[in-house]
Amino acid sequence: MRPFTYTKAADVNAAVQEVSTHEGAKFIAGGTNLLDLMKIDVMRPAHLIDVTHIAHKTIEENDKGGLRIGALVTNNDTAYNELVEKRYPLLSHAILAGATAQLRNVATDGGNLLQRTRCYYFYDTATPCNKREPGSGCSAIKGYNRDLAILGTSEHCIATHPSDMAVALAALDASIHVTGKDGERTIPILDFHRLPGDTPHIDTNLKEDELITSIDLPAKGFPEHYTYLKLRDRASYAFALVSVAAALELDGTTIKEARIALGGVAHKPWRKPEAEAILQGKAATTENFREVAEAYLEGAKGYGDNDFKIELAKRAIVRALEQALKMEAAS
Amino acid sequence: MEKNTVELPPTSSVTLRVNGLSRQLNIAPWTTLLDALREHLHLSGTKKGCDHGQCGACTVLVDGKRINSCLSLAVMQQDKKITTIEGLAKEGELHPVQQAFIDHDAFQCGYCTPGQICSVIGLVNEGKAKTMDDIRDLMSGNVCRCGAYVNIVKVAQEALERGEIR
Ligand SMILES: Cc1cc2nc3c(=O)[nH]c(=O)nc-3n(C[C@H](O)[C@H](O)[C@H](O)COP(=O)(O)OP(=O)(O)OC[C@H]3O[C@@H](n4cnc5c(N)ncnc54)[C@H](O)[C@@H]3O)c2cc1C
Ligand code: SF4
Ligand code: FES
Ligand code: FES
Repeated sequence: MRPFTYTKAADVNAAVQEVSTHEGAKFIAGGTNLLDLMKIDVMRPAHLIDVTHIAHKTIEENDKGGLRIGALVTNNDTAYNELVEKRYPLLSHAILAGATAQLRNVATDGGNLLQRTRCYYFYDTATPCNKREPGSGCSAIKGYNRDLAILGTSEHCIATHPSDMAVALAALDASIHVTGKDGERTIPILDFHRLPGDTPHIDTNLKEDELITSIDLPAKGFPEHYTYLKLRDRASYAFALVSVAAALELDGTTIKEARIALGGVAHKPWRKPEAEAILQGKAATTENFREVAEAYLEGAKGYGDNDFKIELAKRAIVRALEQALKMEAAS
Repeated sequence: MEKNTVELPPTSSVTLRVNGLSRQLNIAPWTTLLDALREHLHLSGTKKGCDHGQCGACTVLVDGKRINSCLSLAVMQQDKKITTIEGLAKEGELHPVQQAFIDHDAFQCGYCTPGQICSVIGLVNEGKAKTMDDIRDLMSGNVCRCGAYVNIVKVAQEALERGEIR
């Protein structure tokens, strides 16, 4: 690792103040993504601000009948929290489908949202990568791209966002609270991550000086019909090739509301509300599920090695909705 | 002769509570907990496999929870209770999970074993594994290149049944 200086922030204001006054400063929470990338010289902060001592470490009911999860709560403490397990089991399952117990014991929810892509070339400093070094080119588009995106890509980057948690948060319409030097604001989860466009080095709409303080879940948690389906090369401890967070609200066999978010296919968790609406008021049948799946993948584009993901994603959507309907929570 | 040197930020005094002892170290902020344990405290029982959170060889217990010491800065672990493989045996007697690894022949080369043992203890503390599949899933952060998995799972199952924690 390159040398850096270190400081511990006592509270949110101190953290924001520190980050705004230090050139090349970064927050560190669990460190499981940042230190990994610093060891291979992909990230090179000159100053680290330890935010693990600030408040925002609890999970509480918010004033809108939902839950407020502090940004510094660990992934495991979130997944195993009683309220989350009972009211938002989709979120628990998605978190537990990711990483390992050791990692989830320290990884925080704020850090999870900001983890960086797992594109091989991003990790390999010997190859061009627009995300790592703007303007150097994208090695993946004509290279090995089996793991990479099929939706919302650009000619500059086809990376995916690797988080499982974020996919469930997208299906649940979560919102992210942040504090920066200009004050507080709330960012809906679907506006939090960006598409690569011609600035793939910018992953999210969070500003450099902003700290994530908490994540809000709306009251509706779909505890009766949900699934997090994660398809990967081995059954545990691997990133998703395609994942689906699916949730249904039913009236008998008629669908009142359907939520579908995809992971492993784009630079952000992929939701398409106008496609979800196809299911509204319809019967919960495989044919209708397939129709939604087709609509979700409209405009998808493969880059050779990852062509298979288009059909895989469609089938995953159908299977996830069937599982949610029959309520077999699997991952 | 021109020398290409940069000034390193100063080391600082860091106090770690390891295996019940308070240990003061003078280390740079980029020293990982793993390197602090192995290189500075000479507790070489905790192993470095990948150094990237992928293999679990560096697993230690921090306040009873298993973590990858390679992906954590030592300076961030002050005031916490750190337990390594060296701290498990008490009064000359092996920890039951250590003994179980011998009884079940749950290793070959032994390189992954300190991490596996700490991980099994963490698994028991977490109390979430109910089935054999749960054990396999929740132990997947510990890779064994000798493939001693079958017997490691047996150790974990037995430890969960006993439910003993120390
Ligand atoms: C081997 C391995 C396998 C993994 N597998 C999976 C997987 O299958 N699925 C999955 O989803 N994830 C997986 N992960 C990723 C893991 O979930 C992330 O590393 C973790 O969630 C990051 O959280 P952290 O607290 O450690 O973040 P850190 O590493 O501390 O920080 C990450 C980034 O977020 C910033 N940051 C942290 N907290 C805040 C905050 N409150 N406000 C603003 N900025 C902040 C930091 O500056 C940094 O840029 C894996 C990781 C490893 C090493
Ligand atoms: S896909 Fe994005 S992250 Fe991967 S090489 Fe291309 S620019 Fe870099
Ligand atoms: S050395 Fe830490 S996980 Fe491999
Ligand atoms: S016993 Fe050799 S790696 Fe596990």
